[in-house]
Amino acid sequence: MGRTSTFLLSAAVTVLAGTMPALAAWQPQKPIEFVATAGPGGGTDNLARAVQNIITKHKLTEQPIVVVNKGGGSGAEGYVYGKASAGDPYKVIFGTSNAWQQPLVSKVAFNYTDLTPIAAMAQDEFLLWVKQDTPYKTAGDYLKAAASGEFKMGGAQSKDTDEVLTRMIEKAGKVKLTYIPFKSGAETAVQLAGGHLDSHVNNPSESLGQWRGGTQRPLCVFSPKRLPQGPKVTATEGWSDVPTCVEQGLDIKQYEQPRTVWLPGKVTPDQAAFYVDLMKKVQATPEWKDYIEKTSQVDTFLTGAAFDKFIKEDLEHVKQVAGEQGWLVK
Amino acid sequence: MDNLAELLHGFTIAVTVPHLALMAVGVLLGILVGVLPGLGAPNGVSLLLPLTFGMQPVSAIILLSSMYWGALFGGSVTSILFNIPGEPSSVATTFDGYPMARDGRPTTALATAFGSAAFGALIGVILITFLASWVAQVALAFGPAEYFAVYFLAFASFVGMGGAAPIKTVVALAIGFAIAAIGIDTVSGSVRLTMGVDELVKGVSFVVAVMGLFGIGELLVAVEEEFHARAVSSKIDWREVFRAVGRLRRHGVALLRSAAIGCWMGITPGGPTAASFMSYGIARRFSRRGRHFGTGEVEGIISPETADHAAGTSALLPMLSLGIPGSATAAVMMGGLMIWGLNPGPMLFVDSKDFVWGLIASMYVGNIVAVALVLLTVPVFAALMRIPFVVIAPLIVIICVVGAYSVSNSYLDVVMMLGFGIVGYLFKKLFYPLAPLVLAIVIGDKAEDAFRQSMLISKGSLGIFFANKLVTCLIVGGIALLLLPLVLQLARLWRKPASPAIDTPAQEKVII
Repeated sequence: MGRTSTFLLSAAVTVLAGTMPALAAWQPQKPIEFVATAGPGGGTDNLARAVQNIITKHKLTEQPIVVVNKGGGSGAEGYVYGKASAGDPYKVIFGTSNAWQQPLVSKVAFNYTDLTPIAAMAQDEFLLWVKQDTPYKTAGDYLKAAASGEFKMGGAQSKDTDEVLTRMIEKAGKVKLTYIPFKSGAETAVQLAGGHLDSHVNNPSESLGQWRGGTQRPLCVFSPKRLPQGPKVTATEGWSDVPTCVEQGLDIKQYEQPRTVWLPGKVTPDQAAFYVDLMKKVQATPEWKDYIEKTSQVDTFLTGAAFDKFIKEDLEHVKQVAGEQGWLVK
Repeated sequence: MDNLAELLHGFTIAVTVPHLALMAVGVLLGILVGVLPGLGAPNGVSLLLPLTFGMQPVSAIILLSSMYWGALFGGSVTSILFNIPGEPSSVATTFDGYPMARDGRPTTALATAFGSAAFGALIGVILITFLASWVAQVALAFGPAEYFAVYFLAFASFVGMGGAAPIKTVVALAIGFAIAAIGIDTVSGSVRLTMGVDELVKGVSFVVAVMGLFGIGELLVAVEEEFHARAVSSKIDWREVFRAVGRLRRHGVALLRSAAIGCWMGITPGGPTAASFMSYGIARRFSRRGRHFGTGEVEGIISPETADHAAGTSALLPMLSLGIPGSATAAVMMGGLMIWGLNPGPMLFVDSKDFVWGLIASMYVGNIVAVALVLLTVPVFAALMRIPFVVIAPLIVIICVVGAYSVSNSYLDVVMMLGFGIVGYLFKKLFYPLAPLVLAIVIGDKAEDAFRQSMLISKGSLGIFFANKLVTCLIVGGIALLLLPLVLQLARLWRKPASPAIDTPAQEKVII
């Protein structure tokens, strides 16, 4: 396969040669590596590959782009790699809020301060899902039932976004839930379909097929307002028909998963500016809109001070939850 | 039959010139990817994925799945010829394939492997065709407790079979579990056993371990024994390819049993690797020539290969109907499905009939294309065995180093791979079995996760493993397989109280 990839690369180089005059002060001079901090097929990987595809298609840079997966240790592998590549502007790390949340709760050898933040490109929503044939119609019904029996809540990974949200639900709804961690959201969805769990808090794209197939349905979305109107998912309902959790008396106004882009630490401001600009161009393409719609995410673009502020706020919040649960590592 | 009509419709989609060409390209690329260790089907498919974004979904999946078939076949080549498994699922093929090839019968070994692999794949597709909806229901019944029970069964079928001293098997298993535990723990989220090496947070890659244990380990033993400075002077005989395939008929029972194990493990989803190990273990127990396993037995090749391919094929079914991938490659393809705008899950069979049945039809055709192409290459690959050891040995080292590095472009992996080489050498020298070690590295952490998830659900009660019929059967089956050798031995003692241990020397030799 070494031969094939060289072939692909050289093909890409020939296609790209001789396009694009210099726009930013700094321009890449060699191939760029996109590091997805997740295994192939997951949300983070899909984002990295979608961005790669858009850049290549619109020839937004002269250099070829290679996507590599470093998803070991819940993504820590990719971040540690980014830390070790300090000063190298040819490695772009794609991740989530894991970058600042993971160092809080487990002894990983990186922190988000070791990296240069570029942007938060999209926000994935969270919903509360139950099995199709359960009697609960609203989040209120669910909480009432959960108060009497011990409900099993599934989620991806431990002490990560899903479990943080679970603990928030416990607090807001005054219930006790047993959290069962699985490897991924897809696995969790199948466990719910099989009746081995009572609920989970998957992102829309993780349970879309299951909802259409009538094995599970969303009760409410953890967002300040309902999701945008889109095509119907089932015969009668679409994402915009799902009420917000606040409407239903589960007082968690907002909980979202940002998809984040980073450079290694110690790169120059020029180099960072090039990638901020590149990602902005990606976001302006119709293919990006298409990607956002297909994966039912929210289109956002935070960079610079706004991104920093977002990180700080989220960090404070997670610290509080993690502190209450006794997860913080010293 | 509704499904038959759909299938015929699928054939009209799959059997067109552009799609046949895509199959041939996919299969050839797959063989290449499978032969080169460290690349493997998941990586190959993800490299190819971006190229498919502009294609029709049916064409794209045909290309990718053909590559998958090719890689499954190709993975067996290096296992048999050089004792380096190109794919995790072809480890068990090395146990008898390599001794047979070294014995001067590489053509027979390769042809047997490919023939039985094709049989396994075929059974897998037939299962998908006719039992799709039933299978989807079965898979849903699997919660954490059932998963654990399946893994337990896989361990039990392999561990209880004897061959090495039981205590040595347990030691090898324990080391494997420890290696599998390195990295981030799913259930607690904390970092384990990284011993101050930051990069170890990603865990130990299976490929790295296997290439060291088998490739380098075997090489060290060979060098020490001044391994035949002679090359294997096998005559390359075309007719032997067909003779070997023809002889498969004599092993009908082994073929069917292995295909059944493979399908079962592919659906549940224990995966192709667990399937091949389990099939090998069971074959060794039940084959009349079980005692000779490890020295180049035909059934020792048939069993893992058939199960591997049956599982690899049927693993695609849970992916399509439930949206849960049964193997790493299936996971990558599922990512592809979403990018092409399809949603894997129960509705796929209703919404995208052309796609689903086009794919299923292409599995029949693709596997025939693959086996034809791969049988044609047998003499070429077998000729590699003629190259003298002094030339091939450095090549093996290069392949292993490059393979280990390419897993995640990490130098640490190369160092670990060489370390595993030394472990492999010591295991061989001290007659410790490698198979339980490898099995524990592959499914050890999955078994652990499943066990702990079950304990969370049941609040620490072991009763969950006897909570329903399915899980009880699996657990009881596992315990029975574990105890069987003990019972047999006791029975033998009962009948012949003073029988001397005749087969000890033979046992020492065939430890694997």
